[in-house]
Amino acid sequence: MNYFELFSLTPSYQLDLSDLAGRYRTLQSQFHPDKFAGESAQAQAIAMQRAAQINDAYQTLKAPLNRAQYLLSLQGIELAGEQQTVSDVEFLMLQMELREQLEGLQAAADPEDAIDKLAARLNKDRRSLSDDFESAYNEGHYQQAGDIVRKLKFYARLEQQLQQAEEQLLDF
Amino acid sequence: MALLQIAEPGQSAAPHQHKLAVGIDLGTTNSLVATVRSGSAKVLPDANGNLLVPSVVRYQADAVTVGLEAAEHRISDSHNTITSVKRLLGKKLADVDQSHLPYRFAEQDSPLIETVAGPVNPIQVSAEILKSLAARASESLQSEPDGVVITVPAYFDDAQRQGTKDAAQLAGLHVLRLLNEPTAAAIAYGLDSGDEGVIAVYDLGGGTFDISILRLSKGVFEVLATGGDSALGGDDFDAAIVGWLQQQAGISDLADSQLVRQLYSLATAAKVALSDRDSTEIVLDSHGYQWRGDLSRSQFDELVAPLVQRSIRACRRALRDAGIAQDEVGEVVMVGGSTRVPKVREDVASFFGQQPLTSIDPDQVVAIGAALQADILVGNKKDGELLLLDVTPLSLGIETMGGLVEKVIPRNTTIPVARAQEFTTFKDGQTAMAIHVLQGERELVDDCRSLARFTLRDIPPLAAGAAHIRVTFQVDADGLLSVTAMEKETGAQASVQVKPSYGLEDDEVTRMLKDSITHAKDDISMRMLREQQVEASRFIENMTAALDADGETLLAADERTLIEQAMQALANVAAKDDVAAIEQAIKTLDQQSQEFAARRMDNSIKQALKGQSVEGL
Repeated sequence: MNYFELFSLTPSYQLDLSDLAGRYRTLQSQFHPDKFAGESAQAQAIAMQRAAQINDAYQTLKAPLNRAQYLLSLQGIELAGEQQTVSDVEFLMLQMELREQLEGLQAAADPEDAIDKLAARLNKDRRSLSDDFESAYNEGHYQQAGDIVRKLKFYARLEQQLQQAEEQLLDF
Repeated sequence: MALLQIAEPGQSAAPHQHKLAVGIDLGTTNSLVATVRSGSAKVLPDANGNLLVPSVVRYQADAVTVGLEAAEHRISDSHNTITSVKRLLGKKLADVDQSHLPYRFAEQDSPLIETVAGPVNPIQVSAEILKSLAARASESLQSEPDGVVITVPAYFDDAQRQGTKDAAQLAGLHVLRLLNEPTAAAIAYGLDSGDEGVIAVYDLGGGTFDISILRLSKGVFEVLATGGDSALGGDDFDAAIVGWLQQQAGISDLADSQLVRQLYSLATAAKVALSDRDSTEIVLDSHGYQWRGDLSRSQFDELVAPLVQRSIRACRRALRDAGIAQDEVGEVVMVGGSTRVPKVREDVASFFGQQPLTSIDPDQVVAIGAALQADILVGNKKDGELLLLDVTPLSLGIETMGGLVEKVIPRNTTIPVARAQEFTTFKDGQTAMAIHVLQGERELVDDCRSLARFTLRDIPPLAAGAAHIRVTFQVDADGLLSVTAMEKETGAQASVQVKPSYGLEDDEVTRMLKDSITHAKDDISMRMLREQQVEASRFIENMTAALDADGETLLAADERTLIEQAMQALANVAAKDDVAAIEQAIKTLDQQSQEFAARRMDNSIKQALKGQSVEGL
């Protein structure tokens, strides 16, 4: 059973997240190990496996990047753990520039403001890539969609690093 | 929940009966026990009407006392009277700040406290508190509880959770679930109001701080994020006052443990007084030190401000992890005695932009939530009334080359969870791989908590990078981790139920269990036999119902015969008293029926969402 089937959904990048959450809650309220607290160890162990699977499916479908990657894997394009990377020179130049901004945060006159600005920039770029992915995927251009996912991964990493930088700078 | 539970009339082994379940708040400073009676949860008092049991255990040569009686001796017999033991649970001695503590620690990896009754470890001390709470419950309910839910700080790591579970086992309790304290508090409020929305639970106890962000929707509590500081609490407020007192009174040396206890009592009293007064007088007259003076609210606020700020920072981080903005939080729930401090309430209110809820006594709210959850888990409530989806508080990972940690399960992942990652060998002909399991957010191994080490052997000797090792992390609903490593080619396997080196080994628990009940006639093997018999009859009952429901459709005739034979064999040995034979028969039935049980589960998953309109979800 693939993750979309598990939730009785048709594979699609566009997903109603509150509907997905509702389906998730319906499944968990039947298969969570707590519902088997009085039953045999076997029933509990199987419930735990299934509940873990339902959680994994939900996490995968909920986050756009994971969902995109999963959709492509259903089309036979495996991007997780691959070695191939982006060859778009212009994009790579842009990434270097963004990385420099990230590293320069510490020295900024108003680091908090600089963090907000960079976060907004990353968010905007990511959204536009996300739109590109959707059209490419819907038109069946899976290889092209794969390239966009590779780019989205750069942004995911940058956003993660920005968050770490923020934690360090603002002493969370 | 119908699956595997369907029993034909007359076939059910036992008629439905009301079971006794209690919720235990095992606190740093105080502990409580609560139960649900006639639909509402109540904290159980002692004969004098006291609800709180001070988490204090006093060891004498021939007796152990717990609670108020023990607390009276915390100054006069400080070496043998153990307070705030929760702070030591699951810790290495090296992790413990001993400067505040009056105890004599044995030279051991785990903090072993020397007392007149011999050395005791924090798990044993916690077990004494649990025993005392269980005794209060049995007395009040006129019967042994069938199961308990014990609360732990959400921020407790694996070692601390395991320590709590070991303590319960040592106290002879059947643990239905470890429940995170903030989640318990949210249940206590949530079930009353029937609200929907986002709830922030700010829990500042004696020794720990937790913040949890939850979403309540259609009876499902989903923990979105949790954070905190396992070493921040009211005790630190006291310590701040003690530091100030020390300065004011010119005390340079804190070696005298009785003086230290005296200072702490004064500090606690001052802190409590300042909850509803602007100033309080402190009089110190002991051990050659005399000092008298006032501590004002504003001075106190200043002393604790950095501590409160630390908690607010954790709130900000938790909100961000949850992907929730400050103004999306519908309600803020306050838990823990330390939330009575006005500065705490003010700062929390200003951070969330609203007055926090305090209608349920902050000391009782966790125990009440635990009792409600225990009542559900033990089966007294009808199906589907409430479900908790909790998360891992800290990231779990594995050591890789160069002393770095590769995260396998990030913090705030919903549990239960199973996740696998692949690694390769780094030397030609490598036949073994050491697996080092860590918990924490930092990148370097040295900055994270080491949980376990084990070795996978029998890897076929191949070129570097050619062997593929799949490491699977599994966290159950209690938040406890087990790790399996497998080489894909040969299927060579190694696994650990993560037991930290400074916790207790299983045989240690068994030994202590034996020690603790030798005085009673109820010997350990009897108890194990009963446990196995209960499991056997539960298994047979479940399986009979399962066969009746789905045996026809999901099993071939020969598959069914194998299962029925195994059931019969189990029924035969369960009537006798050979524990090992029962265990073996359970294992056999388990093996024979695994596939069937999995098919049933998958089948019902397929059915679960059928015929439901989107609006109905």
